[in-house]
Amino acid sequence: MASRTAAKDIITLRGSAAIVSEFFGYAANSILYNRGVYPEESFVKVKKYGLPMLLTEDEGVKSFITNLTAQLSEWLEAGKLQRVVLVIMSKATNEVLERWNFSIETDSEVVEKGVSREKSDKEIMREIQAIMRQIASSITYLPCLDEPCVFDVLAYTDKDVAVPFTWIESDPKLIANPQMVKLHSFDTKIHKVDTLVSYKNDDWDEQ
Amino acid sequence: MDAGSLNSFSNLKGQSRCPLQEQLLQRRNSKENMDRFIPNRSAMDFDYAHYMLTEGRKVKENQTVCSPAREAYRKQLAETLNMNRTRILAFKNKPPTPVELFPSEHSTSSVHPTKSAKPRRHIPQSSERTLDAPDLVDDFYLNLLDWGSSNVLAIALGNTVYLWDASDSSTSELVTVDDENGPVTSVSWAPDGRHIAIGLNNSEVQLWDSASNRQLRTLRGCHRSRVGSLAWNNHILTTGGIDGQIVNNDVRIRSHVVETYRGHQQEVCGLKWSASGQQLASGGNDNLVHIWDRSMASSNSPTQWLHRLEDHTSAVKALAWCPFQSNLLATGGGGGDRTIKFWNTHTGACLNSVDTGSQVCALLWNKNERELLSSHGFTQNQLVLWKYPSMVKMAELTGHTSRVLYMAQSPDGCTVASAAGDETLRFWNVFGVPEVAKPAPKANPEPFSQLNRIR
Repeated sequence: MASRTAAKDIITLRGSAAIVSEFFGYAANSILYNRGVYPEESFVKVKKYGLPMLLTEDEGVKSFITNLTAQLSEWLEAGKLQRVVLVIMSKATNEVLERWNFSIETDSEVVEKGVSREKSDKEIMREIQAIMRQIASSITYLPCLDEPCVFDVLAYTDKDVAVPFTWIESDPKLIANPQMVKLHSFDTKIHKVDTLVSYKNDDWDEQ
Repeated sequence: MDAGSLNSFSNLKGQSRCPLQEQLLQRRNSKENMDRFIPNRSAMDFDYAHYMLTEGRKVKENQTVCSPAREAYRKQLAETLNMNRTRILAFKNKPPTPVELFPSEHSTSSVHPTKSAKPRRHIPQSSERTLDAPDLVDDFYLNLLDWGSSNVLAIALGNTVYLWDASDSSTSELVTVDDENGPVTSVSWAPDGRHIAIGLNNSEVQLWDSASNRQLRTLRGCHRSRVGSLAWNNHILTTGGIDGQIVNNDVRIRSHVVETYRGHQQEVCGLKWSASGQQLASGGNDNLVHIWDRSMASSNSPTQWLHRLEDHTSAVKALAWCPFQSNLLATGGGGGDRTIKFWNTHTGACLNSVDTGSQVCALLWNKNERELLSSHGFTQNQLVLWKYPSMVKMAELTGHTSRVLYMAQSPDGCTVASAAGDETLRFWNVFGVPEVAKPAPKANPEPFSQLNRIR
């Protein structure tokens, strides 16, 4: 198949940024749902990536994620986003219990020279689908979050990024001596996203 | 972005800069490298600077003879030093916390002025349990449901009063009255949760002991026709009839009628004693609400009511005394009125009035939070949870297919039972679990919240 002629298979920086930031939106929703950070009933089912995905209906969470993905896509287009981390913390103690780490490698040539790359939508979707499946199945090995939790999102950017008005600098909210599980990656040929979840060692298991 | 990229090292190499800048850089490139270009001290890295001034220059000078190992070392070093050049950012406005923390209203709202939604308690949108209630009389003016302090729910279906024990979900029949006396028009548990008063269509009121399933006595001669409302105040059982009279009965003594309140011209359909037992609120089909005071009644003054509230434009059945503010009464009007009104019963002043868009059949206060639940008829037949005093709708619970005539609250205050004209009894977990007294609320869980006040 001559993919050269099919307009669909050309991917631009903008398109790639849109795919990646949208992915973060769905991934964040999925994590919040699957990890029970917000009550099940506050989510609705939609079809995405060939999977039933859940999206929050809570206005506060919704607008948080919308603002987040909008900003992420801006940074992605500038090639300045290195990493996005979704942190789940205990509401009572603020202890970090889980870190969902999405590392991003940007093809600098695309950013600098504005060239485009070739990869079919279908293939990218398939890769994202695999990650989403892994997120959904993560509850089987992640320790139970049996206390009320809150979440936050950290964006690791290049140092030369001007801090937007609505953002502040944060500490990395690391987990001491965590367990880590690497999930699938996806690659738009412009942005490569590696997913990794690290979580607090369950003391129970160690004994 | 440009302003922010000034201290970027990659930009100093400047392939894509404007010509002027590029030239300038080239000229300086060999000697001064980049030590003049550091705008703040926190970004200074002396090791890196040293490296760039000494080693770095050497590398550049003999770039052609540079070994791959050296290049790799340089790269790795740069990468390590690059750690400094990552910014970790987070939104100032944190996502809403999932579960409502009651004191947070006061502690965090001041710190988060921009936070629109306070963390909310989850309110299930559907009923937790549905029971059949066949032959439930669909009559707005009656009071056929009550949940006693011993956690037993009493409901009158036609001529029969059933008891449903909430602790073990068992149902038993208390009494079936004869056809000529029925149907049952009101039920009310005594404060002890053991004795129950049953008002009948034939103007009688029966007192039953639910523990022994035995009738204790019948109160006769207080009303001319059906008794649609009942309210207990210790040993006083207050009855309201279709004749517009309100009678205080002392159930311990033979001649039980101790006082009669005359003020309503039509059927008394709502009766509630305040928690202190000092004031009685009554609502009638004549659109009136009266506040009666115990002390005034005994003085036998000609005008017995303390206040006569004439603002409703339809029958008033829904009455609820506020559990956290002793002189606050909420009243709800029927189909032609549709408002919930709040009263200061000391002064008789109307504090607020909210149009709900549908007849108000029943009102209940949440014992644990400042919230009010109302039940409605056409068109939605829904229950509405209101925040007090803002009267913001927190939830609308639908499920009933006919007007929700009666509501009762479990003794722990969490669960609400509602009975509707669709002959179902539904249980709603609307008021949530009472929060165990929290230790002094943490000022704010977010370590950076103070920074929000920069502006």
